[in-house]
Amino acid sequence: MSTSIEDLLFTIRYRCDTESHLVITDQAVCRDCSKPCLTFCPAEVYTLRDGEVHVAYENCVECGTCRIACVHRNIEWRYPLGGFGVAYKIG
Amino acid sequence: MSERFDAIVVGAGPAGTAAALTMARGGLNVIVIERGEFPGAKNVFGGVLYRHHFEELIPEWWTRAPLERPIVEQNYWLLNGDGAVKIGHRSRRYLDGKPNNFTAMRAKFDRWFAQQAEEAGALIICETTATELLMEGDRVIGVRTDRDEGDVYAEAVIIADGANSLLTQQLRARPELSPGELSLVVKQTLALPREKIEDRFGLEKDEGATIEILGAPSQGMVGLGFLYTNKDSLSLGLGIMVDDLMATGARPYELLEAMKQHPALRKLLQGAELKEYAAHLIPEGGLRAMPKLAGPGWMICGDAAGMVNAVHREGTNLAAASGRMAGEAVVTMARSGDFTPEGFQAYARAVQASFIQRDLAKYQRLPAFLHEHKELLMGRMPEALNDCLYEWFNVDERPKTEHQRQIAQNIKGMAGGAWGLLRLASRGWRAINE
Repeated sequence: MSTSIEDLLFTIRYRCDTESHLVITDQAVCRDCSKPCLTFCPAEVYTLRDGEVHVAYENCVECGTCRIACVHRNIEWRYPLGGFGVAYKIG
Repeated sequence: MSERFDAIVVGAGPAGTAAALTMARGGLNVIVIERGEFPGAKNVFGGVLYRHHFEELIPEWWTRAPLERPIVEQNYWLLNGDGAVKIGHRSRRYLDGKPNNFTAMRAKFDRWFAQQAEEAGALIICETTATELLMEGDRVIGVRTDRDEGDVYAEAVIIADGANSLLTQQLRARPELSPGELSLVVKQTLALPREKIEDRFGLEKDEGATIEILGAPSQGMVGLGFLYTNKDSLSLGLGIMVDDLMATGARPYELLEAMKQHPALRKLLQGAELKEYAAHLIPEGGLRAMPKLAGPGWMICGDAAGMVNAVHREGTNLAAASGRMAGEAVVTMARSGDFTPEGFQAYARAVQASFIQRDLAKYQRLPAFLHEHKELLMGRMPEALNDCLYEWFNVDERPKTEHQRQIAQNIKGMAGGAWGLLRLASRGWRAINE
C-alpha cells in the first residue's frame, strides 16, 4: 500500500504564515512552460487549477528545489519569516 | 539585542555552530542567527554522523550527544527489479574504543550541538531569518534580519545557511546553482520496535547498520537510496539529481514509495510506521561547484560552500571542520585586531590544505562521469551484476564453463564490449583520482 503525499505531509509539523513566501512572478510564463514543478516538488506545492499554477506554500518544506529548477526563474523565492514554516521533529 | 558583535554566524547547523563554538571559546562576542524554531528544526540528513571531526571540537562528545546507534555494519546493495547484489563489511573494529560513526537525527543533534556553543558564550537567536548581507563597498559589514530593527553588525560574517544559500548568491561567490549540481532527497523515518530492528538486521543490542542502495529505485536517473537503523526507527531515503527529476517527470516521493516494495527491502520495513517525512537538497557539484570561500568580511562554510563528499556520504563532518577553520581564522584576526582581507583568506587556505578540499579535488570529475554514463551505471551495471551472481550461484544442466562464459558476456555486454569496458574502467578511474 502506497502512502499518499497528503499522508506524508501530515507527519510534518508546520507553523504557517498567512502570507506566501513563494510567489509566481508571471502566470503567463507558466502557461508556455512544461511545468516540471508539478512533479519534482517533494511536497506537491505546485498544482494546476483552472489552467493556472496554484502555490500551496503551506506544504513547502523549504528545500529550494523550485528556486533552482524553475525553468524560467519565475518564482520569487524567499525563506519564510523567522519561526514560520517547517519544524522537523526528527529531520 | 545589542547590534554590534565581533562575529555573526548565519545558520545553526554543524558548520555555523562549529564556528560559533570556536569563536566563543576564543573569547569573542558571537551571535548566531537561526531561522528555525530551534537549531535543527529546518535540517535534514540521511543519518550518519562521523565521530572524528566533532571530537576536535568537543572531546568525547559522542558520550553526551543524542545519538541513535553506533554502526557496526555498512553495506552497498545494487538492485535490479527483483534482485540485490550485496557488498558490505561488518566488524567490531568500528566500535572498539571509540565508535567511528553513528546514526542520528538532526532535529535532536543540531539542537544539542548548538547548546554547547551557547554554553561557551555564543548568543543564539532563533526564529530569525537573515534576509541580506549588509555591505560597505565590497566588504560585508553585517546582516539584515527580519526582526524589527534587526540589523546586526560585525567584523566578520560566517555564512552557513545551507545548501540553498541565498546569501552566497547575494555575494555572487559563484554562478547560480544549477539542477545538475543538486540532488533532492526524500526521506521517511519509520518506527519499528528495537528488538525487531536488531533481529531483522542481525544486530546486537544498540548496534546499528547502514545500507546504501544503487540501481533500480532511481529508475535510470543518477541517484542513491539508503536505509539506516536508528534506536527504534529506520531512516529510509532516496536522493535523485534534480536535472533528472525534471527530465523524467518522476515524483520523488513516489519513487521512494516504490523502493519500499522492492523484494530485498519489503520485509525489512514490514509493519514499520511512518513517523516523519522530510525533503532536502544536497549539493553534489563537488569541487567544481564550490564558491569562493572568503572575501572581505565574509566566509562560507558547510553545505552553503558545497562541501559534500557524496561518494562517502560525508557532509556534516566537512561542515563542522570548515566551521572550525573559519572560527579559528576569525579568532586569529581578532587577536591581532586586524580584520584584513588576507586574514579572511587564511580560512580558504586552511580548507585548501585540509581533507575537505583534497577529497573534493580527488572526486572532482565524478559528477560529470555519473551524468555521462548514467544509463550504464544506474541501470545496465546493477542489472548485469545481478545476472552474473545469478549465473554463479544457479545450478542447472549447463557446465560451469558455460555459466562463466555467460558471466563474462554480461560484464562486457553492459559496457558495449571489451573495449567499452576498458574505456569505462579507465574513465571511472580518472573520475575518482585527481
